[in-house]
Amino acid sequence: MSVAEAVVEVQAKAKPDWFGKKQKKTLTDPFWDNNPITLQVLGICSALAVTSQLKPTVVMCIALTIVLTGSNFVISVIRRHIPSKIRIIVMLSIVSTLVTLVDQILKAYAFDMSKELSVFVGLIITNCIVLGRAEAFAMANKPWPSLLDGLGNGLGYSVILLMVGFGRELFGSGSLFGFQVIPQALYDMGYVNVGLMVLPPGAFILLGLIIWVQKQSSKQFEE
Amino acid sequence: MVELISIATKAIFVENILLAFFLGMCSFLACSKKIETATGLGLAVIFVLGVTAPVNWLINHYLLRDGALAWLGYPNVNLSFLQFICYIATIAAMVQLVEMVMDKFTPALYQALGIFLPLIAVNCAILGTSLFMGTKGYDFTESTVFGLSSGFGWLLAIVAMAAIRTKLQYSNIPHGLRGLGITMLITGLMALGFMSFIGINL
Repeated sequence: MSVAEAVVEVQAKAKPDWFGKKQKKTLTDPFWDNNPITLQVLGICSALAVTSQLKPTVVMCIALTIVLTGSNFVISVIRRHIPSKIRIIVMLSIVSTLVTLVDQILKAYAFDMSKELSVFVGLIITNCIVLGRAEAFAMANKPWPSLLDGLGNGLGYSVILLMVGFGRELFGSGSLFGFQVIPQALYDMGYVNVGLMVLPPGAFILLGLIIWVQKQSSKQFEE
Repeated sequence: MVELISIATKAIFVENILLAFFLGMCSFLACSKKIETATGLGLAVIFVLGVTAPVNWLINHYLLRDGALAWLGYPNVNLSFLQFICYIATIAAMVQLVEMVMDKFTPALYQALGIFLPLIAVNCAILGTSLFMGTKGYDFTESTVFGLSSGFGWLLAIVAMAAIRTKLQYSNIPHGLRGLGITMLITGLMALGFMSFIGINL
């Protein structure tokens, strides 16, 4: 619903205004008030698999933001030339080209990280955020707002991912980015890492709680 | 044979594609409100997986992997960077096929699934299975079994979720937790339950 409103708003604003209010809104709305993960329910799949440590989480966020910004821009540029019947295949091939690029770059410059993320880099292709934003925004808007929308949603995704990654690494292994942050003294007093946080169920439950906080604070309730 | 059964049980219970690898969450969350829709989508996913896993295996084995083109006389060619785009093209084509078959023979189900049918193409579970079987080094039969049983595991998870959500309609949940929030928490509990299968070996 709010997506449709955003579309109408940006369409109405056809003037070449590069950093106007509307543009800013397109960029910053997805950070919290219209977050792609918690409110639009897009892209949860990969959000959870890579978040047991912060380092792969950050790499994943960067990779997704690049792909999303790029795909939104490219699709928006050629949106008038895509026949609507085969648009999904066209979008998928654009996205998978970008993902292949990111994957090759990761393999060349950060091989360990690429091994750690394994299939999840490839799964950016089927990340619902990318196709969802292409379909909902890039197909109906000019390249510049689409680029901002892609960037905004990528960063909004990153916000939630970093929150989940932060919680899981801190409580699950007592460290952040691999550095021990919970002091040894606490362990001596009997503190134990919450092993559940590293396992899949921990991710589901933590994300569920974040969604709760998010909805409570932005007052967007479902019935 | 025992090995195949072992792969199947592992893919269905121990390493359930949804509950252990988080794949296919989007359609899982969107289509788990009614049991009928959930079952229909689950069956469609099994079918698409059962077709795409072996097809993608063939593509990888005879066209893409390092030295795969030896039968054409090009033993030094490595096309594995084309993996993503080839896999996704196969999947999209298969989904289109399923859509047309369903439209013809089960129009009611076709209407019920609506937008989510084309979205099977972007269901991470499908692409994920194809990519996983590459990293696990399965052969042709093993890949087929792996594909089918991953799909079955997904069906199991979504039908169970739909059943729970039907009951949930009558409970009094805090406002902010309604919808997505409570669904995630329950999925977490389900994943916890499925983790008790760890250690089962055939």
